[in-house]
Amino acid sequence: MAECHPVGFQWVMEAKARGATLIHVDPRFTRTSALADVHVSLRAGSDIAFLGGLVNHVLQNEADFREYVLAYTNAAAIVREDFRDTEDLDGVFSGLDTEHRTYDPATWQYEGADVPSVAGEGDEEFEERTQAGATIREAARVEAHGSGGAGVSGDIHTDETLRHPRCVYQILKRHFARYTPDMVEQVCGVPPDTFRQVCELVTANSGRERTTAFAYAVGWTQHTVGVQYIRTASILQSLLGNIGRPGGGILALRGHASIQGSTDIPTLFNLLPGYIPMPHAHADQTLESFIEAEGTVKGYWGNMRSYLVSLLKAWWGESATADNDYAFDYLPRLTGDHSTNETVLAQMEGTCKGYFLMGENPAVGSTNAKMQRLGMAALDWLVVRDFALIESATWWKDGPEIETRELRTEENGTEVFFLPAASHTEKSGSFTNTQRLLQWHREAVRPQGEARSDLWFTYHLGRRIREKLAGSTDDMDRPILDLTWDYPVHGDILEPDAEAVLVEINGHDARGAPLSAYTELKGDGSTTCGCWIYCGVYADGVNQADRRKPHTEQDWVAKEWGWAWPANRRILYNRASADPDGRPWSERKALLWWDPEHRRWSGPDVPDFQPDKPPDFRPAEGARGPDALRGTDAFVMQADGKAWLYAPAGVVDGPLPAHYEPHESPFTNPLYSQQSNPIRQVVKHPVNRYQPPGSPVFPYVTTTYRLTEHHTAGGMSRWVPYLAELMPEFFCEVSPELAAERGLEHLGWATIVSARTAVEARVLVTERMTPLTVQGRTLHQIGLPYHWGPNGYSTGDAANELAPVVLDPNTHIQESKAMACDIRPGRRPRGPALLEFVRDYRRRAGITDETGMEM
Amino acid sequence: MAVRRWLKAWPVFRQLRGEDPSGRGEAAKSRHTAELRARVSTADEVVKSICPYCAVGCGQDVFVKDGRVIHIDGDPDSPISRGRLCPKGSASLQLTTGPGRWYEVLYRRPYGTEWERLGLDEAMDMIADRVIETRRQGWQWEENGVRVRRTMGIASLGGATLDNEENYLIKKLFTALGAIQIENQARI
Repeated sequence: MAECHPVGFQWVMEAKARGATLIHVDPRFTRTSALADVHVSLRAGSDIAFLGGLVNHVLQNEADFREYVLAYTNAAAIVREDFRDTEDLDGVFSGLDTEHRTYDPATWQYEGADVPSVAGEGDEEFEERTQAGATIREAARVEAHGSGGAGVSGDIHTDETLRHPRCVYQILKRHFARYTPDMVEQVCGVPPDTFRQVCELVTANSGRERTTAFAYAVGWTQHTVGVQYIRTASILQSLLGNIGRPGGGILALRGHASIQGSTDIPTLFNLLPGYIPMPHAHADQTLESFIEAEGTVKGYWGNMRSYLVSLLKAWWGESATADNDYAFDYLPRLTGDHSTNETVLAQMEGTCKGYFLMGENPAVGSTNAKMQRLGMAALDWLVVRDFALIESATWWKDGPEIETRELRTEENGTEVFFLPAASHTEKSGSFTNTQRLLQWHREAVRPQGEARSDLWFTYHLGRRIREKLAGSTDDMDRPILDLTWDYPVHGDILEPDAEAVLVEINGHDARGAPLSAYTELKGDGSTTCGCWIYCGVYADGVNQADRRKPHTEQDWVAKEWGWAWPANRRILYNRASADPDGRPWSERKALLWWDPEHRRWSGPDVPDFQPDKPPDFRPAEGARGPDALRGTDAFVMQADGKAWLYAPAGVVDGPLPAHYEPHESPFTNPLYSQQSNPIRQVVKHPVNRYQPPGSPVFPYVTTTYRLTEHHTAGGMSRWVPYLAELMPEFFCEVSPELAAERGLEHLGWATIVSARTAVEARVLVTERMTPLTVQGRTLHQIGLPYHWGPNGYSTGDAANELAPVVLDPNTHIQESKAMACDIRPGRRPRGPALLEFVRDYRRRAGITDETGMEM
Repeated sequence: MAVRRWLKAWPVFRQLRGEDPSGRGEAAKSRHTAELRARVSTADEVVKSICPYCAVGCGQDVFVKDGRVIHIDGDPDSPISRGRLCPKGSASLQLTTGPGRWYEVLYRRPYGTEWERLGLDEAMDMIADRVIETRRQGWQWEENGVRVRRTMGIASLGGATLDNEENYLIKKLFTALGAIQIENQARI
């Protein structure tokens, strides 16, 4: 955090100054470790074992916050009799379909619950078309839970004594029993004394009076078990009562100014704005069947119709009517995984022919960067919008494949347009930061030359396409011609008014007045709203994201600075900061309380709860939506109102996390005979060959990371002279022991090799890298910052050349944070000799097209 | 009068007057130093902004003079950053006005070996034509007998350093065109 989010880290230091203990768990010793009370080095890719060990410690010692657990989690829920855990099946859960590499989650459900059909349809033809629902699960439905949980309905059986052998608490206890301190040492390389210290610090600092927060950078997501990493932290924090309370939580420290916003208003294949799933061809043929399948009965997702119809009205205006299902048919349909890596494969196969890159540099920033470039080399046309000539714009001229002669410029037919982009000072608009806070930035100056904002580009591209298609009677053109696309423009460059777009996102009522909350949305076409969770950002006709009351003039919650979704709440699920009766768990940690006199929730934050629903509220029989939740159901976006220690639905690779080895690991899994996540997503392709587990040819573990002085794939830092000077070239971090073992010289060159390719880097020999003892042998880890590429002022090979495309099955995010590799002194071979060099490694490791494809 | 002014400017006198007895502060300040002005002091306006790098969301004050950005500072009012910026945020003046910026449209024709210049208007027109043509070629009404109403011919990647309003228009336009392979850094 001190490296990658230094200004956010000031608050960690403030906490430390007030007596907080800071634990840093990272394979490397960094600026964060230097300021921490405890630094724990562990093997990259072993976090579930580490966190699972903490969960086990809490359960074995009954150190959970029992009142919180009983009131706010699903610990008491009883699971179906036919559920089988990894304990029963040696590392896999019941429902594994080995043919389609997928799980049928039916047996994971609560006893008494209706089994959610992932599909919403049950006929045989449907089963066949969707490969038993697999293509629907592939369509990353779980990400629809970015603002709430999966559907569960029916009469759920519970045991409040937590003694029933099939209640969640007992299942959890059995499941994590093998995550002992000894096992943590075997898997993670963390000595038992260090581990015990962490256990004691975390449990002693959690409960009624104290809270513990977990902060992670999104490297946690970059594993074949990435979602389960975060699930493990969620289980631990829920057991300890650290969710929904000040100083608690699991904080994702994201790395781009609006990466939260680009998930909320998603440029993502599987989502519509506000985490409404994109309709699937087979499951979601009509508006009614879509809402039936994707919505929930209880909780705020019970109102999905209002959110979706308001979106369709925002997009298609008068053309969206009750008679045509509000133009629901205008939405294109998914038939499986259409994520970025699938797109690259489709480019190489020739189905995807045109590609826009808007502020993204996949030739450096995506794993197996060669695949990205070969995808681009097969396109008909490519549009790159960026500040400078990034590698994704110039690969046809000077990319690594030109050097190896895998591509020849004069034989490559891709047409490339480079359009310069405007900077944040040259346009108005909002960023959503990592805490869901929308902050407006105002245009200071006009962009120079032909630089333009993406707002300008997208608006004028749409305008031109609509003009060219005007008068078309082809039904395929109706959605684009009926689209609401009249935005006011200003200035000599005809820049669209960003605030007018924000007004559309916020939505309005039948009279055209801006809405102030998503609870005002209607499913009858009388309201519009471009993103329901952002409804209220323009409440009272005021740009709430542009509020700038100084922090010195308001309380610590600072509610009058910017606007947080939803409803300007700063801590989600803050009902859990009070006890079931509505009293704060402690005065020190008071955030929200029930005021019996005024019959309202009160406190410095906006309640994440119906503001007048009393703690003793019991829903009426047959109630739906938020009205179906009790006065103690703090987790209002969950269908059962509970924090899930066990996920009966919604996570495709298991209801509980289990430690699996990274796809490419030098070790076998000591916990189960199942080596890796059985349903990790593998890609069989000649340029994506995998290494066998435990290969002595690739004995070291490599992880990638960021530096303070650079930014992701370098498009915003390698062309900035100050930053280029501060961090002038690509390097690798190795321990003195590894340097001695492999003859690496400080400031000399090293070549790092995987089954994909080899890269060269300057050597930084440093004690910040510590060898670990894992399964009785010494493990060396290599650190690689991933910012570089051959262009710009600061240059070097791209670390992402090394990483394979192998993905988490929930999110389709790549495993780039834990891979096996070799390292040797000296520079890498040049030209075609590089290909031969890597082929030789593959031969020695016995790699074939089947390697790594096993379950 | 001139003598009194001279006397008041004499450092020893200023030191002896008692406000800076050690002579290490105001008393020792030269006229040159006293007349120095921060370059932001002559700015025409201060425009409120947000750092474009990571997702912490630090506040920025953008100083503008004669229609150009002359300085970017941390915004002390921000409850998030309290005026601080990291090395990247501090370098954002150079990011936005430095020599690394490119201001012209470039075009590489198929099989071309060098970039060529192309006007922005012409480029936009050509891109619109490409979208229309590729969309038609790759259009699918159905797949396996089920309605899909889409094109698999066009994809987009990017959006995490873009504004919400920009992402909104991208998602809206491409969805209306029937393109579904719309992705960004959040999956990477």
